[in-house]
Amino acid sequence: MINDLFPNVDWPKMWEATLETLYMTAVSTILTAIIGLVLGLLLFLTSPHQAWANKLANWLTGAFVNIFRSIPFIILIILLIPLTKLLVGTMRGPNAAFPALVIGAAPFYARMVLIALREIDKGVLEAAKSMGAKTSTIIWKVLMPESMPALVSGITVTAISLVGYTAMAGIIGAGGLGTLAFLDGFQRGRTDVTLVATILILIMVFIIQWIGDVLTTKIDKR
Amino acid sequence: MIKLSNVSKNFSTKQGTIVAVEEVNLDIKKGEIFGIIGYSGAGKSTLIRLLNGLEKPTSGQIIVNNQDITKINEMKLRQVRQKVSMIFQHFNLLWSRTVAENIAFPLEIAGVPKDQRTSRVNELIELVGLEGRGHYYPSQLSGGQKQRVGIARALANRPEVLLCDEATSALDPETTDSILDLLVSINEKLGLTIVLITHEMQVIQKICGRVAVMEEGRVVEDGNVLDVFQNPQQPITKRFVSQVNDSNKANQTIQHLIELYPNGKLIKLVFVGEQTEQPILSRLIKQFDLEVNIVQGNISHTQNGAFGTLILQIEGDALLVDEAIRYIHAQKVNTEVINND
Repeated sequence: MINDLFPNVDWPKMWEATLETLYMTAVSTILTAIIGLVLGLLLFLTSPHQAWANKLANWLTGAFVNIFRSIPFIILIILLIPLTKLLVGTMRGPNAAFPALVIGAAPFYARMVLIALREIDKGVLEAAKSMGAKTSTIIWKVLMPESMPALVSGITVTAISLVGYTAMAGIIGAGGLGTLAFLDGFQRGRTDVTLVATILILIMVFIIQWIGDVLTTKIDKR
Repeated sequence: MIKLSNVSKNFSTKQGTIVAVEEVNLDIKKGEIFGIIGYSGAGKSTLIRLLNGLEKPTSGQIIVNNQDITKINEMKLRQVRQKVSMIFQHFNLLWSRTVAENIAFPLEIAGVPKDQRTSRVNELIELVGLEGRGHYYPSQLSGGQKQRVGIARALANRPEVLLCDEATSALDPETTDSILDLLVSINEKLGLTIVLITHEMQVIQKICGRVAVMEEGRVVEDGNVLDVFQNPQQPITKRFVSQVNDSNKANQTIQHLIELYPNGKLIKLVFVGEQTEQPILSRLIKQFDLEVNIVQGNISHTQNGAFGTLILQIEGDALLVDEAIRYIHAQKVNTEVINND
């Protein structure tokens, strides 16, 4: 029955591609979350009136974030080929996608982290300072927990963009559903393969959004 | 305990330099409740933040607990802050933490081990009257309860000074009273020095021993609350004092009273401090064969005694009336005859 509807779909291959996409999304989301958080915290803490207020550091971080956020992803992949070869050793396979995925998504997430941190009540930061808290304590015990719902919904949006980015990375041979849809589906004119790959990506996106929403509601005690 | 000498604080903005605090001298004693009153923009918020180093003075010296806090480094300053804690107008609780976790926060900062934290938190919850609410989140509490959490949090590290930044300004009058009562009981129980800033004279009247009045960054008047209430010098102080008195005083003017009570003598008695606790009126009536009628009265209670005025209409034999006035005088009550018939 299902083989009649999608005659050209090689199911084991489709499953393997799904796992590759999941793998690329999961690992790049984790790396993006860490690097994005660090960049976002730097942007926040070096801004005027904050603990590490420093015009130059703030300008440099801001410039880095803005430049990499502005480069279209497909161009970024090409630009990063030398770096990728240096870091991963190859341009083939899911691992080769990580440098481009993370460098493309982390600045985007850093901006969302900055917005989340700016939303925190100034009074709460002042209260923590008045209790004699160190900057590290303020980062771990005030900034992060107090902005957690926004950080989680931000990483949800970022993870969803990363699913899309992995599909694009597929074109340069990173593997996953993107490669399958492009090579097996589009180039060989097998529409059913493209369709199934699309449906699987949609399901993935819905699941990520659902997890994000559940988590956000659970953490938010406001 | 706290001594400010010639303290000034300027902020430089694009529009120029703003003088927030100018040449302020204050001497706050251990264990007292010291009030600083002023309208918004008078510089009182900046002043209170100078006391725990959240703001650095442009010039002057600030001695807290025998330490010049303008001269110590960040690390020492953080230690000072554990002993000079603060509560806020908008409570500033962490919404992501429960009541108990909020109270535990300063203990975590001070590096208190977990088991000691738990028992200290329970003590504090009891002290501020929030039993059974430890696992609530701030969003589940009323304003007064949130301020109680703020107070418990501020007391966690057994501070010596408590700074109150408009701590009751966001609360309704009844809750304000209960929070002020709590502050007084903490002051008595723990011997804590309290410095509070407010724009409400009622707060000063109710709990403060001494008060400083601020206007445009300067302390224009300071002293014993009772003295300031009784004999305000500056126009701004008079305005603050009338905040409390006018609400009690009838709207009638003295002239109006004379028209209303044309017979006998109208006498104004001014009470200060202890006399208000003596039954002068009943003694007066027992001793003299006179008709005594209370026309108007108002008594305010401050931390160091009550003060107020009472206007009496006294009818009867003129000689006897004079004798009665002399009697009241002998009780050390200020008297003033408003009219003569």
